[in-house]
Amino acid sequence: MKQFETVIGLEVHVELATKTKIFCSCSTEFGGEPNSHTCPVCTGMPGSLPVLNKQVVEYAIAVGLATNCTITQNCKFDRKNYFYPDNPQNYQISQLYLPICRDGSVEIETEDGGRKNIGIHEIHMEEDAGKLVHDEWGENSLVDFNRSGVPLIEIVSEPDMRSADEVVAYLEKLRLIIQYLGASDCKLQEGSMRADVNLSVREAGASEFGTRTEMKNLNSFKAIRRAIEGERERQIDLIESGQKIIQETRRWDDAKEYSYAMRSKEDAQDYRYFPEPDLVPIIISDEWLDEIRSRQPELRTEKLERYKREFNIPEYDAGIITSNKKLADIFEETTAICNNPKKVSNWLMVETMRLLKEHEMEPEQITFSPENLAKLIQLTEDRAVNSSVAKEVFEKIFEEDIDPEKYVEEHGLKAVSDDGALRSTIEKVIADNPQSVEDYKGGKKKAIGFLVGQTMKAMQGKADPAMVNKILAELLQ
Amino acid sequence: MANIISDETIEYVGILAKLELSAEERENAKKDIGEMLDYIDKLNELDTSGVEPMSHAFPVNNVFREDVPSEDDGREKTLANAPERGGDSFVVPKTI
Repeated sequence: MKQFETVIGLEVHVELATKTKIFCSCSTEFGGEPNSHTCPVCTGMPGSLPVLNKQVVEYAIAVGLATNCTITQNCKFDRKNYFYPDNPQNYQISQLYLPICRDGSVEIETEDGGRKNIGIHEIHMEEDAGKLVHDEWGENSLVDFNRSGVPLIEIVSEPDMRSADEVVAYLEKLRLIIQYLGASDCKLQEGSMRADVNLSVREAGASEFGTRTEMKNLNSFKAIRRAIEGERERQIDLIESGQKIIQETRRWDDAKEYSYAMRSKEDAQDYRYFPEPDLVPIIISDEWLDEIRSRQPELRTEKLERYKREFNIPEYDAGIITSNKKLADIFEETTAICNNPKKVSNWLMVETMRLLKEHEMEPEQITFSPENLAKLIQLTEDRAVNSSVAKEVFEKIFEEDIDPEKYVEEHGLKAVSDDGALRSTIEKVIADNPQSVEDYKGGKKKAIGFLVGQTMKAMQGKADPAMVNKILAELLQ
Repeated sequence: MANIISDETIEYVGILAKLELSAEERENAKKDIGEMLDYIDKLNELDTSGVEPMSHAFPVNNVFREDVPSEDDGREKTLANAPERGGDSFVVPKTI
């Protein structure tokens, strides 16, 4: 049995988080009425003139710097010619000859816990196309140009990945870097991050690469994994049965778990690139680069180290909190208010994670405010609510971002602490349960648990268990 | 004419440009393109080694826009150019 090695390179398209399109002032907002965010520039009207959005260049540079690229300080756009109904100009403004970033790399963790560098061949800027909506039964397609001209960067990796795990690790790493930079929200499902997989197989130990195929339409990590496994099997089957692999673009159908050839050799792609005459060159000075460099935010790896060092958060917890920019932001903002990083971390690690899972939500969808979480932590620190009440209140904060102080007040959830009511309740519990008292005094220390339970029940859950324990122990002396 | 354009080439260029040419138009196009390439050959006689390639005729660079959105709804103006309109979208032959 021959051993085969999978060789994978990725082309990742990322929609940048600018407010306007790359070459005109139309809004990039998602979900507007069809064609409401359009103008003569992004619909390719003759005589219209594109003007470059400066923020696009700055985001592209920021991503390049964070991925160890060399920035092309003398940079320009090129025109890529092709006909398709979602492309009203009959060309796409992109970069071929002088992409803005080159020769970078990111480090990933491999399955065995090792580290590996994945090379980045280049990053270039380009415009997105419009959206075609197909009517399943009708004879027509509908075109919406709201997405036409939305800025993209395309990150082209070297063929350095060898497994689906490495691909997912690389994508997660890219996503974290770009989210931390604020350059994109990188949502695969919504298409603000799209990955095309270039894959070939070769016999283990071979020095030449095999013929590769490119797979499109992968919109989740699960689909990417399945597509890689499926394509690897397909190519190995072809080789083992003596057939040739055709270099082609294939579309992954995740429901059928199979890829289909999209384009055949007959309409080979000939894009006839040439320098874009409607746009002037971009000269990126050292000063401009320094300015962008000085504005780079703290990235994940640095943040993780700082959480361990500054807040004494365990590595595992710091890893989870920093695995998502939104969680890290909540952690820092809440900690800044209540100055209790351990407790903030606990609420995020346990209850927040549980509720996210229960509601099938992503951390990005969290709506509660750091202020209200900080208030809840303060209430627990003051022993104004006990832990089971706090959990209940937190659910309300998570769901509706309620003010916990008001909520606790209005619902009468304030813990009854060391006052006459609690003490007399405990005295009554002791009087009513002589057997347990005797057990306790006879050395069965566990019997106190029953008495605490009885007290909590009598107090309708509004007592602080630690306080109950303390008073009980004192009275039973 | 030094550059002779073959029938296959003119066919291919026609496909790329989405043009259907009559027999007469093909012959004219072959002649025109041949002459254009001759002219390029002429330009190529000049020694340009050491000359930085330029993509633009004027010494202008870094023309930017700030990232400020316009509030305009471009729908009606854009769709005024639609050969066929369906709701607020362009209608095109089914394309998958």
